[in-house]
Amino acid sequence: MRVEQHPFAEVVDADRYGVDPPYDHHDYVGTRLRAPKEPLVIIPSTLTELTGPAYGESAIDPLDHDLTRQHAGEPLGERIIVGGRVLGQDGKPLRGQLVEIWQANAAGRYLHAVDTHDAPLDPNFSGAGRCLTDDDGWYRFTTVKPGSYPWKNHHNAWRPNHIHFSLFGRAFTERLVTQMYFPGDPLFPYDPIFNAIRDEEARERLISRFDLELTQPEWALGFRWDIVLGGREATPLEEPHHD
Amino acid sequence: MTEILGLSPAQTVGPYLAIGLLRDLITPNVVDPGDPRALRLRGTLLDGAGEPVPDGMVEIWQANAAGRYAHPADTRAELDLEDGFLGFGRSGTAPGGRFEFVTVKPGPVPWPGGGMQAPHIEVGVFARGLLKHAVTRVYFPDEVEANAADPVLSRLDEAARSTLVAVAEDGGLRFDIRLQGPGHTTFFAV
Repeated sequence: MRVEQHPFAEVVDADRYGVDPPYDHHDYVGTRLRAPKEPLVIIPSTLTELTGPAYGESAIDPLDHDLTRQHAGEPLGERIIVGGRVLGQDGKPLRGQLVEIWQANAAGRYLHAVDTHDAPLDPNFSGAGRCLTDDDGWYRFTTVKPGSYPWKNHHNAWRPNHIHFSLFGRAFTERLVTQMYFPGDPLFPYDPIFNAIRDEEARERLISRFDLELTQPEWALGFRWDIVLGGREATPLEEPHHD
Repeated sequence: MTEILGLSPAQTVGPYLAIGLLRDLITPNVVDPGDPRALRLRGTLLDGAGEPVPDGMVEIWQANAAGRYAHPADTRAELDLEDGFLGFGRSGTAPGGRFEFVTVKPGPVPWPGGGMQAPHIEVGVFARGLLKHAVTRVYFPDEVEANAADPVLSRLDEAARSTLVAVAEDGGLRFDIRLQGPGHTTFFAV
């Protein structure tokens, strides 16, 4: 069934019916002064929301998807391939989608002035990549597995290994910034950012899986992670009936 | 049987977004700064204590001066769309929580079911501490009549409406964004 919303009703969170984390999540200290506290105003999707930016092949360098080949030498760490499909909720591939990623190096350090974690920078690793999805919605990056790192949110707080992802979707309503995690991470139960997503199934959709098909012999392990984009209005409240 | 796939949830952009998102491809210049129509849109991103947020990012999306979006869903071919106009910009908020764009004032765009909306720019706000980006709109202070008739603005109370109208300043526009607390910006679920 389709959700009908009365325009200009107010909702506490634009959480797309429990998929997104709420803004206000006390365990994540950074939210306390930054999370919008007042109800959001629902507006119907107008042409402003039903459109959004798209970039073509000319915007991308063919090497932008390979984070291990951006410097004179190779970065240290476990070389991995991360790939998957970008899909609409109907399972159809989203073609030509700009996928932007960034991550810590294998030691758990970002190439950023604000990161003061006592772990080494890698002169051969910047940690940024981008690509466009192909006609089947596929994206693919070669990189090194990011290390975990401490982040001072609470005593002995460590982030699970993750790669940041940014996608535009087909419209402004589909804009998504998220994080991809790795299977079996022992830090999941302790991470307030991951656990801010209340729905367990939704949370687990952010965990990649080891994929022998993506794994290249004598070269790199492969991790598969599909991304599903959609806006609030396209999200059904209940599972559809199966005929 | 139609299977509906579950959406991928959002996560915070974190404090290191500049590595991946503030690079060469997407800039604060929606139009060339030398464009005679160029309009400077600047502001400060503030937290609930009134302190600047220096590790955030603001994105803007808009129609061109004729009110046309550079997107296939805008099928109004009678409106000109100049070559090279995308209508999208991105600015970090360092230092001091400040962001700044060079853009043009968009034309009015239609409201579903008839009528027009006042000229506006859609805004996405990203930062450490925001588990999902926040969405708001910039309206223009010189559009008093259109703003009064706008279907979004006209249904908000005066306090909420006033947070969405930019202020003319130094030949450009200022639009401060307050994430929470007194005078907080009105945010939308889109």
